[in-house]
Amino acid sequence: MKLPRRSFLKLSAATVGAVSLGGAATLTSRAKAAPAWYTKEVKQVFQICENCFWRCGIRASVVGNRVYKVDGYKENPKSRGMLCPRGQAAPAQTYDPDRLKKPLIRIEGSERGAGKYREATWEEALDYIAKKMLGLKEQYGPESIAFFGHGTGDGWFVDFLPAAWGSPNAAKPSVSLCTAPREVAAQYTFGRAIGGHEPIDWPNTKYIVLIGHHIGEDTHNTQLQEFSEARKNGAKLVVVDPRFSTAAAKADRWLPIKPGTDTALLLAWIHVLISENLYDKAYVEKYTVGMDKLVAHIKPYTPEWAEQQTEIPAQVIREVAREMAQHKPKAVLPPTRHTVWYGNDTQRMRASYILNALLGNYGREGGFYIAMPPYLEKYPTPPLPLEPAAGGCAGPTAVDKEPEGYKPRADKGKFLAKTTAIQELIEPMITGQPYPIKGLFAYGINLFHAIPNVPRTKEALKNLELYVAIDVLPQEHVMWADVILPEATYLERYDDFVTVSHKTPFIQLRVPAHEPLYDTKPGWWIAKELGKRIGLEQYFPWQTIEEYLDTRMQSVGLDLETMKSMGTMVQNGKPWLSDWEKEGQNPFNTPSGKIELYSESLAKAGFDPLPKYEPPQPVPEGYYRLLYGRSPVHTFARTQNNPVLMEMESSNSVWLNAEEAARLGFKPGDYAYLINQDGVREGPVRVKITQRIRKDAVYITHGFGHKAKGMTLADGRGASDSYLQTRYTLDRISGGAGLRNNFVKLEKAPAPKLKSVVKLIKERRA
Amino acid sequence: MARLGMLIDLSACVGCAACAVACKMENQVPAGANRLWIREREVGVFPDLTVEFRPEQCNHCENPPCVPVCPTGASYQTQDGLVQVDYNKCIACGACIAACPYDARYIDKKGGYADKCTFCSHRVAKGQQPACVETCPTYARIFGDLDDPNSEISKTLEAAGRQDVLRPDMGTRPKVIYLNAPSKKGLTQEVMES
Repeated sequence: MKLPRRSFLKLSAATVGAVSLGGAATLTSRAKAAPAWYTKEVKQVFQICENCFWRCGIRASVVGNRVYKVDGYKENPKSRGMLCPRGQAAPAQTYDPDRLKKPLIRIEGSERGAGKYREATWEEALDYIAKKMLGLKEQYGPESIAFFGHGTGDGWFVDFLPAAWGSPNAAKPSVSLCTAPREVAAQYTFGRAIGGHEPIDWPNTKYIVLIGHHIGEDTHNTQLQEFSEARKNGAKLVVVDPRFSTAAAKADRWLPIKPGTDTALLLAWIHVLISENLYDKAYVEKYTVGMDKLVAHIKPYTPEWAEQQTEIPAQVIREVAREMAQHKPKAVLPPTRHTVWYGNDTQRMRASYILNALLGNYGREGGFYIAMPPYLEKYPTPPLPLEPAAGGCAGPTAVDKEPEGYKPRADKGKFLAKTTAIQELIEPMITGQPYPIKGLFAYGINLFHAIPNVPRTKEALKNLELYVAIDVLPQEHVMWADVILPEATYLERYDDFVTVSHKTPFIQLRVPAHEPLYDTKPGWWIAKELGKRIGLEQYFPWQTIEEYLDTRMQSVGLDLETMKSMGTMVQNGKPWLSDWEKEGQNPFNTPSGKIELYSESLAKAGFDPLPKYEPPQPVPEGYYRLLYGRSPVHTFARTQNNPVLMEMESSNSVWLNAEEAARLGFKPGDYAYLINQDGVREGPVRVKITQRIRKDAVYITHGFGHKAKGMTLADGRGASDSYLQTRYTLDRISGGAGLRNNFVKLEKAPAPKLKSVVKLIKERRA
Repeated sequence: MARLGMLIDLSACVGCAACAVACKMENQVPAGANRLWIREREVGVFPDLTVEFRPEQCNHCENPPCVPVCPTGASYQTQDGLVQVDYNKCIACGACIAACPYDARYIDKKGGYADKCTFCSHRVAKGQQPACVETCPTYARIFGDLDDPNSEISKTLEAAGRQDVLRPDMGTRPKVIYLNAPSKKGLTQEVMES
């Protein structure tokens, strides 16, 4: 039993107090407080946070070779002078003693995954990779090497390098394991991306409906600020979630929906808006096509029908629809970022966008603003043989034709979208179909904590002839690589500009706070040096990164030095439909030039032109549906070795409904193993007995359950949702991998024998 | 002279701990110690629920129990009403830690003194906000002079309904004031694990 801290302190203080009165005279010199960092000469540089992918503009406070503090700054439209916990904790990663410090080459003859390495020079490591790459190209073609990555540096390793090299097999987890359904649906509905900075006009909205949106637990900084502003400005909030999330705790209404039935709810809301004549008729008339078909299609989806599916009372469904209509066009259903849920996700997102359109909110205050990218020229290089294939948060690119002499993406034909699906590139590494993938680069991505079906990924890695990992920490998948290249952390490096599509489009700059520690190198340097060795020198005509950045900056009439004193350059946007109309322009890049309620393109491709409801896969007897989400203090599987964040939260716990806990005999403080439908076991993980979740599901936050011996704080804490996601349901439209069709049962487990994080931090320092 | 206080709007707070991390970094708080922490507690039965996310720290009490118990005068109140520690006078006896009803203090073992939230007096002296206030992405915190009727904190309190402090029964008169506790009964008072 844990002794409450209060009573412990009372006991110890009584003793200490008695001693001190008698012993004060014997206490002689004590160390004075060491001078605080802020009393010294503090240099400040503009940086871009990379402790999550919201990527706020920050200012780093540096004393000598150490960053002590990072802060937001007011002129930056992302941070606006504030930062989330992960951003605040950034320096703790740079000074993590567990960092990768030198290039490593797997000891010849040792097995992948055995973790046996020897140190190498950069020269040797890069030569080794280049030789293998050229060999693979000769034997199998350039497409036999796949490039996976996540983070600002993925511009070099997933967009630029593969396009220059000639491989279409480049993929980011942020697409098919995250945003693909909402982006593809947005393209088919609005002819525009949602993009990495969701274009919601939060401060002016009066009615917000969040479906599975974990704002508050997801601490995307600006979004959280503006969500708070909206609420301070009196916006009503409805939260639809099987779990009483943080957002639900702030809501006027919580609708604890049966997992997987969201599309039924959306269709019923559309039904009410149409059958009760509550939608914005003028807007629909002017800006949309297909209303007649929608009216006929929506008839059977009554609130009474939806109640049967969702377990939300029909009356509540009606009331919420009427409230939405009362507040239109300042009523909005913001899209979540992670939308790969059940496999039919593009259609769910289409239903959500259709509902938004009926509220007349796209391109109008209090709804969606129209985001524009900032103007900034590329660095002039010879034309790349291929278009980058991975896409990004902003969704599919327009090009889907491979030039003469190049192979199509290995996942082409499995789904409709034009971007690669990372999970569909694993199979070709095993089967060699449609053609062999024999090489892999992993930059910044965690292969085992992002891509479902870990056993399959491990089998694929064993089949490769070249596997290169570029990272800052010895994550478990990194320790399978043939060559490990240690990148400098973002505080220590320049990167390419980060450009953000926004109400006021802007460009952000990252400037190193000090030289990279250890024998680590920035991503741009690694890409250029590798490029030189594989015959791509012509695509890297710049000598230094400063020259590269300066040249790009010249295209907007500035130079690097000036930008270094600004950090962010903000441009004018065109956020409202009225702005476009004034200029005689149309923002909707759909075939009809309008918002497509009915999608002729989807019909032609053989998909439902209007969203239909498909019931979710049922929960097997004795199991719970495995739901997952975010912790406000952690980012994916990237921050579980950060000492400051681990002090805040050192493990996840499994949320179990209190009645279910009583039925299964779990008591407060108990631990459990989670065992999925395929017998994969995770944990032990603490059981959080709670009222805050339905009885048919359990929930864990994503990112824990590391199995990486070299990550002393992260290793062995909590349970991994990713390892339990041995199955996924492919969305045939977007290529998204629906992850919520995995099920677990709970078995009692002993409490894990782990040293406390605080003890480990102190030992690491010693 | 001012009477510096802090207001925390619990209807805005999401318990994200940005404040706690900002404090840790700004003040280089040693591992195992915290000057600021979050308590989270659910109230109610499915589906009628609420959750209280409550940041806690030194309350800079008007009537601070940690000051009179200090045998060396290291614990003191400033003219602006801040409760501070003079590290040179402190002998790390722990009397203040025992006296504080809020568990706000810890011993800095390396330095050999008691320590806690200072309301970032080094930043306030430069005209900046405390680190926790500046970073809060939900605008949950307001810092300022309670004696100045034109300060944002005074005006917000003037317009506010119910105001709560921690452990009012202790007679400490805290200057960290909570607004909009989610439960009608006010702040959840019992100590629990966070």
